Amino acid sequence: MDLFKRYIPVLFLLAVVVSIQLVTHFTETSFYLTQLTMSAYYSVVVIGLCVLMGYGGQISLGHAGFFAIGGYLAGVLTTHNLLAFKDYGIVAFLNKIGLLIDGQSLYGETLLTVHPWAACIVAVLTAGVIALAIGGPVLKLKGHYLAMATLGFGIIIFRIALASPYFGEADGISEVPGFKLLPGIEVSGSFGDRVLNYYIAWGMVIIAVLLLLNLIHSRVGRALRSIHGAEEAANAMGVNTSRYKLYIFILSALFAALAGVFVTHYNGGIGPSEAGVMKSVRYVAIVAVGGMANIWGALIMGIVLNFLSLRGVFGSYDDAVFGVILVIIMLFAPEGILKINPWQRIKSLSALFMKQKEEEDSVEN
Amino acid sequence: MTPELFLQYLFAGITYGVIYAIVAIGFNIIYNTTGIINFAQGEFVMLGGMIAITMHSFMPLPLAIVVAVLITMVVGALIEIVFIRWLDSPSVLRMIIITIGLSILVREAALHIWGESVRALPYFIGNEVTSVSILGAKISPQVLWVIGVCSLMVAGLSLFFKFTSLGREMRACSANRRAATLCGINAKNMVTLSFVLSAGIGAVAGCVMSPITYSDYEMGPTLAIKGFTVAVIGGLGNSLAAVAAGLLLGIIEAFSISVLPLAFQDAIATSILLLILFIRPHGLFGSSDLASLKEF
Repeated sequence: MDLFKRYIPVLFLLAVVVSIQLVTHFTETSFYLTQLTMSAYYSVVVIGLCVLMGYGGQISLGHAGFFAIGGYLAGVLTTHNLLAFKDYGIVAFLNKIGLLIDGQSLYGETLLTVHPWAACIVAVLTAGVIALAIGGPVLKLKGHYLAMATLGFGIIIFRIALASPYFGEADGISEVPGFKLLPGIEVSGSFGDRVLNYYIAWGMVIIAVLLLLNLIHSRVGRALRSIHGAEEAANAMGVNTSRYKLYIFILSALFAALAGVFVTHYNGGIGPSEAGVMKSVRYVAIVAVGGMANIWGALIMGIVLNFLSLRGVFGSYDDAVFGVILVIIMLFAPEGILKINPWQRIKSLSALFMKQKEEEDSVEN
Repeated sequence: MTPELFLQYLFAGITYGVIYAIVAIGFNIIYNTTGIINFAQGEFVMLGGMIAITMHSFMPLPLAIVVAVLITMVVGALIEIVFIRWLDSPSVLRMIIITIGLSILVREAALHIWGESVRALPYFIGNEVTSVSILGAKISPQVLWVIGVCSLMVAGLSLFFKFTSLGREMRACSANRRAATLCGINAKNMVTLSFVLSAGIGAVAGCVMSPITYSDYEMGPTLAIKGFTVAVIGGLGNSLAAVAAGLLLGIIEAFSISVLPLAFQDAIATSILLLILFIRPHGLFGSSDLASLKEF
């Protein structure tokens, strides 16, 4: 029965996804699907971060860094021409076992590049290994130090992307080919594949949600919540807190990197702004609005806010909107906006003011 | 490397170093009274410089700087009163997110007021090519202004905290807030004052550095992360050690330019930050026993 309850929202989500596609089909507004696809990928980063922040209680201001690692590696590997090295040992070997593919650039130049599947696996694994390497020391830190350390990681990745000629410097990487998942199913930005790609992206979201829902209702999830509640107590109860924190950190990094790979193939390129600090802050903002420990809240907010932002609704106030959201939510509704009970809010606020007044009176006397 | 070139790099390092130290001291003042790291610290520096540049278009330079510093102090006070004062023992995570949000708001406001263009105050004495020669190295007089003003501020602050009753009250709050309140000190006002003070010194630094380093709306975060690095190297809350740490970071950065491309400069500071956080989170000069008692 419990299981049934857990999966009903997933079925509901599936129904919503399908009906949105049908509505856009019949109203001929299928251009919305492009932004919905992008929002779906960004939401994968958000729900991964949500489990890290809400359940593990660990803030990360560097998740755009993992997204960029995934995206940039996939982009470089699938566009960098290895033809000149064709006869070198390692390249020849990779070519022989089928990890390289031939292609043609826009100008008719012959290309020899890494197969998207191989590139994807390398990109995601690299992000995982980096998360493992920095996660150990970073997650020993708490509060401000943790925030600054992850922020620092994000800045380093951003700087590397911006300063290395190999990663295209300020221009980023373009002309990234599509990613054939299976014959006939390709992640690409081409017009004809729009509906297909919408479903690929949402398929990924649904798989991610299922995985995380199972995770947080398992032994690991309970351990994580105990860490958030009181780390010392969890430790005393025999929960290996540092190991669980590391697990969830790596998992969320993998999610971010995978989303990065898909977005890069979908857009046909990636630029350094994807690695920027504002992107990381944006992911944190969305998790905060959704109500830290609330995957559904994070998912809904991730879709809504990213969709509005991608549609350009906020205009030149795009970043400012996320700043306002962060401040307002954290001041008035640290539990997220889906859990606001307005009446109770007003009562507790007025109680706060009364208390403050009393305090001031007592200080004066 | 010739001795002249060495000195040239050294002076560049010291100039940046004292600016980082001032930002770090701004972090420390607020951290000591509240236990909060104010992520919007770099924005105070930006505001100081940008407001002074605007004011200078219709008033003399010294007056423009004074007005800019005063306005920034008012902004600092407003930020504390509107967003922080009334929160009932907020969690660290919540405070981090609020101050990050505030820094974005200040930055976006600056973007819409001043635009993306890079501006600068005029040199206080002479112009871009005026230089004094020290031991064979050519130094702009503005560098001496930066070093002089920042040293004066550090000296002034340590005298303030040591000898004035207001400074003592602030120190009492940082040592034990409850006990200070029981002694009749209004702890909440001390917190506001700490925001005003760190906004003020940030703004002064923003004005004196503007002719050399220029000001634009997005200079804040970079300065903030370097200031934080310096604060951590010195040991969070320890302002005199922050000066030493600031000089250290400034000089390392200056010499790194001779080996690595300029674009990696920020990555160096952040790598040092990560390294310090991993190895000695209590700072080079701090004691680990003391640090374990604090809450980060």
